[in-house]
Amino acid sequence: MKTIHKVFFVWEFDKEERWLNEMAAKGQLLTDVGFCRYVFEDGEPGVYQYRLELLEDAPSSPEGHSYIRFLEDTGAEQVGTLLRWVYFRKRTEDGPFDLFSDFDSRIAHLRRMLVMLTPILPLMICSSVLQFHNLGSWVGIVTGAVGLLVTYGIVRIILKIRRLQKERAISEG
Amino acid sequence: MNFANGALTEAVYYILLSLLEPRHGYGIMQNAEALSNGRVRLAAGTLYGAINTLLEKGWITALPGEKSSRKKEYVITDEGRTVLQNELKRLEELLDNGRALLGGN
Repeated sequence: MKTIHKVFFVWEFDKEERWLNEMAAKGQLLTDVGFCRYVFEDGEPGVYQYRLELLEDAPSSPEGHSYIRFLEDTGAEQVGTLLRWVYFRKRTEDGPFDLFSDFDSRIAHLRRMLVMLTPILPLMICSSVLQFHNLGSWVGIVTGAVGLLVTYGIVRIILKIRRLQKERAISEG
Repeated sequence: MNFANGALTEAVYYILLSLLEPRHGYGIMQNAEALSNGRVRLAAGTLYGAINTLLEKGWITALPGEKSSRKKEYVITDEGRTVLQNELKRLEELLDNGRALLGGN
């Protein structure tokens, strides 16, 4: 068993997913997740495919629970949860593992990330402005930096949504 | 899902076709894949969302299952059948026009 600490931002979830699958291909199978923390166990390389999803509801809520059970009935397994994120895996021999097979559901998933990130912005802006008179204040600097970072993330997600919407206008899946 | 012009998405079309017989989620995925010779693979997340939308619209309904049974089964409603019939007519029009203009059989 080994624990790796690594930072992925919300808008990098596809990069995170790729990394987890690269680890799985090398026989490092994710078995638990925490905040910036990934627990791997040695296993057979390439046996599992990993996917992660930001749910609409908390994984522990009845709605979240019912969704996770549905996925389990299709052969997927819940590896771990982090806030509203759920990490799933499925055996490679059971066929390709995707959570979304059309543009609408992919766009809806990205929108959930926007809804999660957007409320952070006014908080950060207010806090930065309130601290502005006090330029040396680390609180002002930190909240300003977080605000910029979240803005960057929101723009990245919006661009992804735009690209999918363009494709959706001419095809289905 | 966009129902504005009456066209069903491929996913919805195959879900409705699959539910002419009662099936659970995984059964729908397998049936759609078999019907389309492996071309249509409904991903579980997309399928779950579609099932909920179709339940809300009343095009399919959940069968009252045993409480111990985890896998909920669904089946098409009369309204769903009508939707499918209309979709067949629309698809026939598409095919007729395509064949007439592009040639082929």
